[in-house]
Amino acid sequence: MLLKASKISCGYEKTKIVENCDIYLKKGQIASIVGPNGAGKSTAMKAIFGLLPLFEGKVFFNNEDISNLKPQERVLKGMSFVPQTNNIFPSMTVEENLEMGGFIRKKGIKETIHQVYELFPVLNEKKSQIAENLSGGQRQQLAFGRALMTNPIFLMLDEPSAGVSPKIMDELFNKVREISKKGVSILMVEQNAKQALKISDIGFVLTQGKNKFIDSGKKLLSNPEVRESFLGG
Amino acid sequence: MDYINAITLFANYIFIPGLSYGCQLALGALGITIVYTVLRFSNFAHGEFMSFGAMISILVMWYFQDVGISIHPLPTIILALPISIILTIIFCLLIDNFCFSYYRKNNSESVILLIVSIGIMFFTNGLIRLIIGPADRNINDGERFLVKARTIKKMFELNEGLAIKMSQCLTITITILLVTFVFWFLNKTKTGKSMRAYSDNKDLSLLSGINPERVVLITWVIAGMLACVAGTLYGLDKSYKPFTYLNLVLPIFASAIVGGVGNPIGAIIGGFVIAYSEIIITFAYRRFLGYLLPDNLLPESLMQVLSTDYKIAVSFLILVIVLIIKPTGIYKGKLI
Repeated sequence: MLLKASKISCGYEKTKIVENCDIYLKKGQIASIVGPNGAGKSTAMKAIFGLLPLFEGKVFFNNEDISNLKPQERVLKGMSFVPQTNNIFPSMTVEENLEMGGFIRKKGIKETIHQVYELFPVLNEKKSQIAENLSGGQRQQLAFGRALMTNPIFLMLDEPSAGVSPKIMDELFNKVREISKKGVSILMVEQNAKQALKISDIGFVLTQGKNKFIDSGKKLLSNPEVRESFLGG
Repeated sequence: MDYINAITLFANYIFIPGLSYGCQLALGALGITIVYTVLRFSNFAHGEFMSFGAMISILVMWYFQDVGISIHPLPTIILALPISIILTIIFCLLIDNFCFSYYRKNNSESVILLIVSIGIMFFTNGLIRLIIGPADRNINDGERFLVKARTIKKMFELNEGLAIKMSQCLTITITILLVTFVFWFLNKTKTGKSMRAYSDNKDLSLLSGINPERVVLITWVIAGMLACVAGTLYGLDKSYKPFTYLNLVLPIFASAIVGGVGNPIGAIIGGFVIAYSEIIITFAYRRFLGYLLPDNLLPESLMQVLSTDYKIAVSFLILVIVLIIKPTGIYKGKLI
């Protein structure tokens, strides 16, 4: 297992939102957390990255207990996180955004920027533009690119398709697949369950902060109960 | 009609003094802007930090004069600048460590930090008067003029002279060097970029591994340096009197806001806008018009819009006008 969050409970202040949840994936897999609004999907993901404290349970990364590490320390272990909103530096140029993404690295930043440009050619075209002026889809690609600058082996995406048009959404899901082909394992939280499960090796359906179903993406998609309750028939 | 004399008069009384006063305001406004964008509060103590820097420069200068070090014709205080910059930075860091950092760690609202800064303003003001006293001091011991009014008068056979003071020349040169350095630092170095990233999106900068303590430290290093240089140059150009710096905070804030809050280029432009409007509005135009108008049309009055006593009111006036017409400032900044 690359990541194993076992029996985690977490939330804000005293309010428990996620309870006794299991989330795990193997190296090279794409995993998605889906479920209705307010099911605690993003909360669970933030806790896995250390942005929220764990009330109970433990998080293992590469068989190492990382439950007590700060997010920055988890970045050094090879994890990276793309927040849902405010995920770029708006007044800086595209290239500066990428440079800042690789801030903790001493060497090889130029090479990684080059790789990011290969993955997202549109960023190369706009590299000296101010990030604020990018379109929604381009912004999201820049956010992916920034997170990839630390050369992570595990990338976490919080609702990557939120607020973009269906066409751009398809493009973004293709990019997610491409990133995973480069050997980066991915965990994402998605509103758009159908499309997310389609490309996922494993899916976690959460309701009211608890695991409801855990299965492969395809099986969840064909599961009548899941279809009925979460995918709109 | 006598254009040449009119232009010389204009240059002597408006253009050159405005340029050096504008530089001093720009340096002050730049310091305020950098603290505002990175640490997220308006630092009202900045004027007193300038005064503190000037005071340290004077103390170091006295020491140099005592042991007989001099760089005549330049004023000795320029030699004291490097040492006083370092001491001012240390003072800023101590203040931050004992006052601001507590509120920052508690995630206090920026208005609370603003009030803390007002407290620090009074504290620093008291400290300065305790150390050096409230007296008015002339601190320029170098050559006073680079170009004397009489020289130009004789050379071109004019009625009007054009004087360029050594302090004005130094102010402009040092401002250009310092501002270039600050912009180079913010835009080209990795540390400078990390400061901008931190000010842009704090949470994301933490995720990228940017160390917030270091960003805060560098911010005070730059703010302290700017404050010390601006304060010393202002004192050199006019004279050093601790009380005047309390009044200087207002035009400096006006500059930062007029230029566009949180925009470093705006702060520089704002400095010049405020400086020139103060001088242009409080200048008596009678002699100037005397060269341009025939004698029978020349008005009796001094042709002065406002007396120089109202200098500070001018910056307020500009501030109010800008806030009504274009609240984001000349260069688009954040709305406040």
